[in-house]
Amino acid sequence: MSTLPARKLRVATASLAGCFGCHMSFLDIDEHLFELVDIIEFDRSPLTDIKEVGPCDIGIIEGGVCNSENVHVLREFRRNCKTLIALGACAVNGGLPAQRNHIPLAECLREVYQFRPGVENGQIPNDPELPLPLDKVRPIHEVVRIDYFIPGCPPSGPAIWKFLTDLIAGRTPRLTGGLLHYD
Amino acid sequence: MSALPSDESAALDGILQRHRHDPTRLLQILIDAQDIAGWLPAPVLTRIAAGLDIPRARVEGVAGFYSFLYTRPVGRYRVLFSDNITDRMLGNAELLDALCRKLWIEPGKMSEDGLVSVTTTSCTGLCDQGPAMLVNGQAIGQLNHRRINEIAEMIRQQRPLELWPAEFFQVDDNIRLKGALLGLEMAPGEALKAAIARGPEGWLAEMQASNLRGRGGAGFATAVKWASARNAPGELKVIVCNADEGEPGTFKDRVLLNRYADLVFEGMSLAAWAVGAGEGFVYLRGEYRYLRPQLEAVLACRREAGLLGKNILGQPGFDFDIQIHLGAGAYVCGEESALIESLEGKRGTPRIRPPFPVIKGYLGRPTVVNNVETLAKTCLVALHGGADFAATGTAQSAGTKLISISGDCAMPGIYEYPFGAQISRILEDCGASDTQAIQVGGASGICLASYEFQRRIAYEDVPTAGAFMIFDGTRDLFEVARAFIHFFAHESCGFCTPCRVGTSLLKGFMDKLADGHGAKADLNDIDWIDRLLKNASHCGLGSASPNPVIDTLQKFRPAYERRLVSLDFEPAFDLDAALAEARQLTARNDPGAHLKTHEEEEEK
Repeated sequence: MSTLPARKLRVATASLAGCFGCHMSFLDIDEHLFELVDIIEFDRSPLTDIKEVGPCDIGIIEGGVCNSENVHVLREFRRNCKTLIALGACAVNGGLPAQRNHIPLAECLREVYQFRPGVENGQIPNDPELPLPLDKVRPIHEVVRIDYFIPGCPPSGPAIWKFLTDLIAGRTPRLTGGLLHYD
Repeated sequence: MSALPSDESAALDGILQRHRHDPTRLLQILIDAQDIAGWLPAPVLTRIAAGLDIPRARVEGVAGFYSFLYTRPVGRYRVLFSDNITDRMLGNAELLDALCRKLWIEPGKMSEDGLVSVTTTSCTGLCDQGPAMLVNGQAIGQLNHRRINEIAEMIRQQRPLELWPAEFFQVDDNIRLKGALLGLEMAPGEALKAAIARGPEGWLAEMQASNLRGRGGAGFATAVKWASARNAPGELKVIVCNADEGEPGTFKDRVLLNRYADLVFEGMSLAAWAVGAGEGFVYLRGEYRYLRPQLEAVLACRREAGLLGKNILGQPGFDFDIQIHLGAGAYVCGEESALIESLEGKRGTPRIRPPFPVIKGYLGRPTVVNNVETLAKTCLVALHGGADFAATGTAQSAGTKLISISGDCAMPGIYEYPFGAQISRILEDCGASDTQAIQVGGASGICLASYEFQRRIAYEDVPTAGAFMIFDGTRDLFEVARAFIHFFAHESCGFCTPCRVGTSLLKGFMDKLADGHGAKADLNDIDWIDRLLKNASHCGLGSASPNPVIDTLQKFRPAYERRLVSLDFEPAFDLDAALAEARQLTARNDPGAHLKTHEEEEEK
């Protein structure tokens, strides 16, 4: 990287209704991670175990919004991050979890907690500690304003690297050719 | 798969026979076959595929493309309310509800006894006498509660359409101002005689001198089109009259076909004489199907008089005939290459140009596609000469233009003006007052605000295919634009992603604003989708589709801004309501079981 920013940029990441596959893909940038930690520092992220997001330059969200806790986390990120990125198919479109959208929520929950073979006297969990599920899984741009979208299930490590280095260097990120795919 | 009843089977065989088992007649075969049962059951499609020796998927693909072809059962009475903005302004929604209530049915769903279905369709071209509907293809205008009551009663009594009061089906021409074309009284064949006397080259030169430009909207020089087709390689050349008048707010072609059909057919023959064509088609939009019998009668008279057929007017080798091809409710077929696909019995997907139709059109032959009005105007050129024609109008726009006026004015109807007529004068003539805006050229045209009313109708100023929808001070221009976006989302042919997805996204944003969830961020997204549609669409439908939004955002921005509930971002749905089902299932109502709809309300 030719010109380094004057200070390290703060980056936060979170996985909502996702499978952590996009985070794994992020780790696939391999030795670039060493370059990356020279120019950024992580805020809240599964990599740091920081629980609350603070003021950040960049926020990266994997996964869609399936419950009330997702809404709170997403809003916290939006409040704190200058730039918020939807990473991967679930964040961009709802993805796999959104396949429940054509089934009524009651049917989903009853099937899992009451009628599944082997379950006896089961009931739908109602502990106030648990977040309630939304009636439909939503892509994150339907809940807060999103600045950039990286499609892919998952987006490749090189795509994430290209996107972040563009962003950090002040170029409007743009994925082309093999780096842009939706599967 | 269930077999066809034997009488239906025999009827279907008759239809296939009549169309010579020709796959290019597929759309016509489907339209005819639908008349047997009112819809197209699966065995019918299978039988047609076998009869034409083409894949069943192709038959299903075509049947699924056109709005007026039904692959699921519909009522024996199919009521389609025209849903142009002008119909909406005249209260069509209330009338539709009233009819559904009286018939005990839901809009869009067939009654359980299969008697009737009621829904909406795109503009049916009766904007000057709306609100309008089609009942089994027959047009009824001037709807009001009294008429709706009677219609509900006759449907309940299952009275055949032929026994409904004749005045219901009367379609008025509403010609308000006649110019050179509408005032022309010409005996059939007169123009053709004049052109034949000049010879094909002399006739083309006359057309060149007239500077006649296409009246369908694009304004391409007619003589150039004809000369290109004339010089194109290929023996069998084709003339097509584009009577797929689908642009919302346009109805001039309806009037020309109803009252001046001879001029239109004569124009086609004049084109054939110039180009050296032997075959002609009128592509008649499905909404105007009720005009077909009288058009066929005019064609029969012309054949009788030696104006169609072999050796026309005794001219050896001048062989030309015209057949009518029906559309089936697809706006995109007004685009000439989509129209040609449809003529060939396919889905109406626009082709990639070049090659242009004048080089490779219908079945790969050189094909001239002209608007109804353009063809009628060629009679004036033939009768009075090109120089005479070019003497009216402006420098770049010769002759007159038919304007279809509807909306908020005292006298909606057809007006013929020389090009260069000022918009303020047109408004005065039709009795419009307190005019806030005019949509010129239909949904895909431009929206003019009152500070532009000194502009003129001409290709070099305000170009138009002829629609002129007037909105007075009581109208909400946001709702006007939203109606047009719904129209485009419905009519997008689905072939290219920018248009298929873009029109839907745009519709989603307009509905979000209408539903009270609008945010400033949405206006940015709308801008972005507008640009995407303009630049990335495959054909003119997609690239013109954002026009109503672009114009109204520029000229009537407060109509959008007053709908914003947030200056930043706002979800399109109620987050707390999205938890309601889970609350009910868990019997929870603690604070954690709720979400504030607005982020600011959350405790930080």
